[in-house]
Amino acid sequence: MYLAVVIAILITMLLALIRAIKGPTLYDRILAANIIGTKTVLIIATMGFLFGRPDFLDIALVYALINFIGVVAVLKYFEYGGFHFSGKPNAKKPEGKD
Amino acid sequence: MELLFTLLEWLCLLLGSIFLIIGGIGIHRFPDLFTRFHAASITDTLGAGFILLGLMIAAGMTLVTVKLLMILIFIFITSPSSTHALAKAAIHGGLKPKLDDQKDNQEKPS
Repeated sequence: MYLAVVIAILITMLLALIRAIKGPTLYDRILAANIIGTKTVLIIATMGFLFGRPDFLDIALVYALINFIGVVAVLKYFEYGGFHFSGKPNAKKPEGKD
Repeated sequence: MELLFTLLEWLCLLLGSIFLIIGGIGIHRFPDLFTRFHAASITDTLGAGFILLGLMIAAGMTLVTVKLLMILIFIFITSPSSTHALAKAAIHGGLKPKLDDQKDNQEKPS
């Protein structure tokens, strides 16, 4: 019965992959990548129960952390055009103060 | 009592799978990026929530349940914030939400 859950997660990942391939904008593709990352966490947890080895849950926890950091980093890159400090990187210092 | 827990576990796993497939179909049928967020969110909250709840019932009172609970809490915190960051980046990137243009046409009786 765990196999049915794994198959359902795989179907969802396939649908998200199709959306990532034919997505009209960039943000659709990032959304699909985010969905695939979350479903990977679920599939690792379920596969651990399917094989009788729930030790895989540590890997699932680490993958959830990496997925969140990766999505936020990619979004920051495309929103600000780089990884530089997002305040005012080119602002001049007020004169007279040093 | 054992049978009740088994039935509850399979019910949770089945509901989670159904919500996952509903969300997967939804990201193909919605017309816009900002409406596709709904379908993406339902796989992250209800689908992941029910599947992890079913696995928690299957594991019983062990360390595995604690790890599953940590994954669940982490997904519940990070999924809305990454969706919020995505919507903010899309708005700043110049993507406008699709509005209802049919309203003017419906006011005229044909």
